[in-house]
Amino acid sequence: MKLGTLALKSALISAVAALSSTAIADTKVGMITTLSGGGAGLGIDVRDGFMLAIKQSERSDIEVVIEDDQRKPDIAVQLADKMVQSEKVDVLTGIIWSNLAMAVVPSVTAQGKIYLSPNAGPSPLAGAGCHPNYFNVAWQNDSLHNAGGAYAQSEGYKNVFIMAPNYPAGTDALNGFKALYKGDVASEVYTKLGQTDYASEIAQIRASGADAVYFFLPGGMGISFLKQYSGSGVNIPVIGPAFSFDQGILQAVGAAALGVRNTSQWNKDIDTPTNQAFVSSFLAEYERLPSLYASQGFDTANLLLSALETASVSDNAGFRSALKAANFISVRGDFKFGSNNHPIHDVYIREVVKEGDVFTNKIIGKVLNDHGDPYAKDCKM
Amino acid sequence: MIREHQLNKIILSIFLIIPLWAFVTDEPFTITLMTRATVFALAAVGLNIALGLGGLVSLGHAVFFGIGGYSMGILACHAQTYTPLMEWPMLVSGSKSMPLIWINAVIMSALAALLIGILSLRTSGVYFIMITLAFGQMFFFFSISWSAYGGEDGLSIYIRNEFPGLNTLVPIQYYALCLALLCTVLWINSRLINSPFGLALNAARQVPERVETVGLNPMRLKLAAFIISGAVTGLAGALFADLNRFVSPTMFSWQTSGEIMVFVIIGGVGRLFGPVVGALMFVALEHWLGGLSDFWHIYLGILLLGIVLFGRGGLIGMICGEARQHE
Amino acid sequence: MTFVLLAEQILNGVQFGIMLFLMAAGLTLIFGVMGLINLAHGSLYMIGAFAAAAVAGMTGSFIMALLAALIASAAAGALVELLVIRRLYNKDHLDQVLATFALILIFSEGTRWVFGSFPLFLDIPASLSGPMTLPGGIQYPLYRLVLIGAGLSVALGLGLMITKTRIGIQIRAGKNDREMIAALGINISGLYTLIFSLGAALAGLAGALVGAIQSVQVGMGEPVLILAFVVIVIGGIGSIKGALIGALLVGLTDTLGGIFLPELLKFVTDPSTATSIGSSLSSMAIYILMGAILIWRPTGLFGTKL
Repeated sequence: MKLGTLALKSALISAVAALSSTAIADTKVGMITTLSGGGAGLGIDVRDGFMLAIKQSERSDIEVVIEDDQRKPDIAVQLADKMVQSEKVDVLTGIIWSNLAMAVVPSVTAQGKIYLSPNAGPSPLAGAGCHPNYFNVAWQNDSLHNAGGAYAQSEGYKNVFIMAPNYPAGTDALNGFKALYKGDVASEVYTKLGQTDYASEIAQIRASGADAVYFFLPGGMGISFLKQYSGSGVNIPVIGPAFSFDQGILQAVGAAALGVRNTSQWNKDIDTPTNQAFVSSFLAEYERLPSLYASQGFDTANLLLSALETASVSDNAGFRSALKAANFISVRGDFKFGSNNHPIHDVYIREVVKEGDVFTNKIIGKVLNDHGDPYAKDCKM
Repeated sequence: MIREHQLNKIILSIFLIIPLWAFVTDEPFTITLMTRATVFALAAVGLNIALGLGGLVSLGHAVFFGIGGYSMGILACHAQTYTPLMEWPMLVSGSKSMPLIWINAVIMSALAALLIGILSLRTSGVYFIMITLAFGQMFFFFSISWSAYGGEDGLSIYIRNEFPGLNTLVPIQYYALCLALLCTVLWINSRLINSPFGLALNAARQVPERVETVGLNPMRLKLAAFIISGAVTGLAGALFADLNRFVSPTMFSWQTSGEIMVFVIIGGVGRLFGPVVGALMFVALEHWLGGLSDFWHIYLGILLLGIVLFGRGGLIGMICGEARQHE
Repeated sequence: MTFVLLAEQILNGVQFGIMLFLMAAGLTLIFGVMGLINLAHGSLYMIGAFAAAAVAGMTGSFIMALLAALIASAAAGALVELLVIRRLYNKDHLDQVLATFALILIFSEGTRWVFGSFPLFLDIPASLSGPMTLPGGIQYPLYRLVLIGAGLSVALGLGLMITKTRIGIQIRAGKNDREMIAALGINISGLYTLIFSLGAALAGLAGALVGAIQSVQVGMGEPVLILAFVVIVIGGIGSIKGALIGALLVGLTDTLGGIFLPELLKFVTDPSTATSIGSSLSSMAIYILMGAILIWRPTGLFGTKL
């Protein structure tokens, strides 16, 4: 191949690659996700949800290549290069973390590949940096925090203590909360990323005179905070987004999380046939309850399958409009894409309960109806 | 036993043959992997100047790697959005030109090395290891919360920067550029070892008192080595950022410092080509073992342990035997 | 800022420092006597926490869990010492760093292989949960007071052991002159294995105690490890007293810095900038402290010239 064709004309290359792959009637999907190290639980759930849907479709013409990004941005970029250059995939998906998505998504969409996000939804990709090849099946990052603010507002809280780690997703989270919450903020606290001891923040909460606490502390940080909070004797109600109360980590938090209200676009008790079938088949296949992340992986695969019904990946424009139509039944209920290819969906408030020996969530109300995101207006495409 | 300079030629030819073969058979990803190895090798060559020549065990070289990376990220990000870098005291705009970015990366990391070196060289031994680690952590936490340049999310640069006369987006062309830089630095390094400065530094590492009696200041020699070392690693950082078209605080993390050190030790401390072999091995293992198992870190750990416990002088030492004082 | 809040924050800083001391004590002993840098000390902390969580899950008893943590981490320490570490005593620091870095990889992924990728559950016993009212109206979690007490008694026990017992004499002799105690016919390799597993047990104990109020997960050891290194470098490597003082300094700086820096900055800039700059500065505070101390005293507060 001559240098000229190898160069910037990546669109051409991908068209050639797509043609050659349709010749053997195959769709090749590249999944880059976190399967080792600290955050592996989330990636494993996305992968299992995704593969369950592929398996249920009984299509043998879809090949999924799965690689582990170790939660490192440079590894993710390298894997994306591998997927595009050597595996010659048609569609990419799988990334869990916003910072990894920011490293990978702009370059793969610029090279003409489709990217379906099963978890991360950083605001630049929803606003000015949106792209017709990028579809977010999970949520824009602000979504669950908007719902947290709306819930605090509807419960009549007047003075809320808000807290998040000191990094971009943390600032976004607190701004997302404040967008729909109109009362006073007792204190706005940024903690260290990866912090494990929250004694000093809890002391500040106790002294603040707040009537509620909103916090965004994903993963192990949330576990530590909740365990310490429940032992501190502070009784101010706590609200958070679903990430700290998900099926995978609730068992590690234990009784400390009981009764906590959290916002989510999905829960296993959403009473639709699709969702109930998903929950029982996931349980049967993997012998554990599905998490939020598993539901998002499942939805992502079903979106892809629905688009493949009407268009071929080799027809880029046709395939994109087939994706945009979102002609599938999401396990979360109503689902459609906004103008920036991010979900418009309902967001619920859940409460942590104990069913038998297992800690899990139950929906207690709907907070937002057909909620989009505030960045769509900045997206020109 | 193979002589060391013969082995070096074999290693260099590997860096030529594999990418050419990959180019002919149209396997661009192999070229990307080789570029990664080349850039890591350059970073490790930098550390090896401090470690092998100056005897300075720095567990904070990620600082320079990261500064190089952010030099590229910040300049390119301003060029990409057409916003000036600063308006006062004079107007400075961003840039997409690689040579300019490299010069900037080298100067910035040399300055950082000067500052860190002056403070850290007051200590020695384990304290030196730990204080360099502490500087690394300072930069790491700072970059995470530096929201102007993306904080923990990092900075994405959509199109690779430009080099006059080349299309840097073509894997083989960017690879050639990185390899040329690596060879240049290796050549300078080999001259450095046998220069009066290199010999004095070698003596300062072994018997500092003797150097002092001939009127040289061992502290200054070590500081100079540390600055050169930081500058080379900084250059590698800028290349790494351009390879990925992305920079993030991960480049500052202590694991990055650890990995750069691993490259040097696997290959052979103080050997001219030690870091090169080490980086090549590491990238090969990462690619090959990573494909075998989710738990590949276990195998990597066992392998590293084996090299430390049973292999004297790293891979080059195993093949060529003990180093001779002068070659 | 009220007195009650300030007092509570000081207690928090002390409690954090005491837990760091448990980690740092082992590190500093191992370095002082054997001259070994052990990056894998954080893995022993993790092993303690996982062993405690596993046994607590099976038996429901916190005491059993603590015992399990001590036994598991001491056993892991002894095993690692016999297989790997003893081959490193005569190597330079560089090889020690690399070999123990390799051990981190093996331990972390090995733990994930055995226990899976999700965090484990470990809770404090019901009898120790809830707050306690101290004089002056300070409400403070009982469990954290117990942690302070437990840590202080370990520190006291360690001090007594080193100054009063036969092993202590050997340890002090080993620090001063390694060849000499071998010449005196003391079983040096036995002593080294003992010290290493003692250090490991202390780390495992800290892991289990802290694991009950934090998240028990793979990789939990490394952040603590780096802090423990900061502690022993500030205190002077090899000095138990230095480790205790360094740990308290780091604990208090970290806790109080996080509160006061943003508050102080609020006088000069608007609240949200102050919070974000203040939090960045406070996350760098202990490293700045360490840098400053080393520049002032290049071998730490209580270190001797190496």
